Amino acid sequence: MANIAVEERIHAARSGRRTRFGLSDETRAGWLAIAPWLVGFAIFTAFPFLASLYFSFTKYDVINPPQWIGLDNYQRLFTHDRLFPLAIRNTFIYALMYVPLHLVASLSVALLLNEARHARGVFRTAFYLPSMTPAVATAYLWVWMLNPNDGLINRTLRWLHLPAPAWTVDPFWTKPTIVISQVWMMGSAMILFLAALQGVPKDLYEAATLDGAGRWERFRSVTLPMISGVTFFLATVSIIASLNVFTQGYVMFDKDGGPQNSALFIVMYLFKRAFGSGYFQMGYASAIAWILFLMILVITVIQFRLSKRWVYYEHEGG
Amino acid sequence: MAATGKTLAPASSARPAAAPAKMATSRPEKPRAWLRPGTLATYAALIVLAVAFCLPFVWLVLSSLKPADEIYAGTWLPSRWMWSNYADVFHAAPVLDWFLNTLLVTTLAVVAVVMSSSLVAYGFARIRFPGKRPLFALVMGTYLLPGAVTLIPTFLIWNKLGAVNTFWPLWAGNLFGSAFYIFMLRQFMLTVPQDLIDAARVDGAGFFRIYWNLMLPLVRPALVAVAIFEANAKWDDFMTPLIYLNNPNNYTFALGLASMKDSFKELGTQWSLLMAASVVFTVPMMVLFFLFQRYFMEGVTHSGIKG
Repeated sequence: MANIAVEERIHAARSGRRTRFGLSDETRAGWLAIAPWLVGFAIFTAFPFLASLYFSFTKYDVINPPQWIGLDNYQRLFTHDRLFPLAIRNTFIYALMYVPLHLVASLSVALLLNEARHARGVFRTAFYLPSMTPAVATAYLWVWMLNPNDGLINRTLRWLHLPAPAWTVDPFWTKPTIVISQVWMMGSAMILFLAALQGVPKDLYEAATLDGAGRWERFRSVTLPMISGVTFFLATVSIIASLNVFTQGYVMFDKDGGPQNSALFIVMYLFKRAFGSGYFQMGYASAIAWILFLMILVITVIQFRLSKRWVYYEHEGG
Repeated sequence: MAATGKTLAPASSARPAAAPAKMATSRPEKPRAWLRPGTLATYAALIVLAVAFCLPFVWLVLSSLKPADEIYAGTWLPSRWMWSNYADVFHAAPVLDWFLNTLLVTTLAVVAVVMSSSLVAYGFARIRFPGKRPLFALVMGTYLLPGAVTLIPTFLIWNKLGAVNTFWPLWAGNLFGSAFYIFMLRQFMLTVPQDLIDAARVDGAGFFRIYWNLMLPLVRPALVAVAIFEANAKWDDFMTPLIYLNNPNNYTFALGLASMKDSFKELGTQWSLLMAASVVFTVPMMVLFFLFQRYFMEGVTHSGIKG
């Protein structure tokens, strides 16, 4: 009896009395605690999400009420718009360059750092600091660094008698220009890789060495599988980020997409149609947003599917 | 090659068995291990790369100190050190206003997001209520939702509220928590022992007392990490002010800096002033980094990534 009374008291302490609405104190507290997020989700996520789907089927200039036009926006985007397919192409070329380079660069530096026993903190700071630089300052810095005539990079290349590309002027080189400035900011990816590398159990390497595995074999058979969780996370996030590229292209190439629109990306084009002077085509821009969303959704789903083949999770739900 | 790969697989599943072998295999560390060729090559590579990563900063600062006519001269050091460039920047544009605007927006955004995200995270981490699991899955879903999809209707909402050209749209969204920070803080709060909470409950503390008096102090390092991530993000933010602000005195630093190049159009770009403004804009982030380095690294490591 006494036992039951104690248990009841603990239970009462944990979940509280039921109120007149039949909710326990705990349930009420839970919903109250997450209430800010629920309200924000309704106003700033769920509603805009559905509204932009609706707008994408309308013609809407903010001043006059939206006018339903069915699939016209989508049809025009793919058949009558010269710039939209170009923006998609540019965005994907950029992503294809940026994502692998970003992952390889940050992993390589992390591997080097992981080897170093001395002064690791100093090196880590040197590689991390660039990612603290604000995006607009980074854009200016690299436009100036890669200035075809007077930039530090081309001066160095000419000094070494190497070809010096017209980075910011030649349509072929505008995307690499942005890629370089972004790979420079790989700090947080590098830190994540470093943490993952330090988490690989040492005895795995020792066992592999006993089995006669060389350096490369150990990297391929131990390191890569053991850090695949982090690699997957970084790949997912950086693909999404690169498909949403905006600020760099906008600031580096004076808003318009650069020479021959070679730096016109999907979100820049969306922005131009929605907020560019003389446009305010909210319906058309919403259709662009939804195409972007669907592309990202498909890519992310495929990635999650594929991840089952190559991502190794030690703990369940890791 | 493939054979080695296969023999490795069982080794990883037999880890406990491999552990005792550790003692036998660990050879005594050679004295002066850092003198070995492999290690030397590692340090050489690290030094070259670290210099390469830092050179742009050096170039930025040196460029900002050059006289206007020397910027194209291709020398490293300025012939005259133009510290006056920094004073000129503040006269060339309302830089001080931009700085203070950004400081205000960043502060409001940080306070709002820390308070709201931690409360929501507490709800998801330590309170049992029906519907919790699917709701938390929804939180994570919104993290992957690209901002472009909600951009236009969100603008229309603020427009309806008459908040275009005010700072509200730049930070007020933070009052409702942010998916990534909620996730991160929840992870930290899950590590607080249940005994502590039960003890507080038995002593008669309510759920919100526990949040305020127990949870928040216990996860303070994580709160600091969230605060500096958000400070960095808001200091950096370019697109939101670009959409909502159109009066130059109201600009944030990011927007103002981006507009500076346009204002030079007729005279030709004055790179040294642009570089000086970029330095002024960047320095607070560097200070933040050096002050809170430990939290930064911890925050990045424990959770994921900044935008």
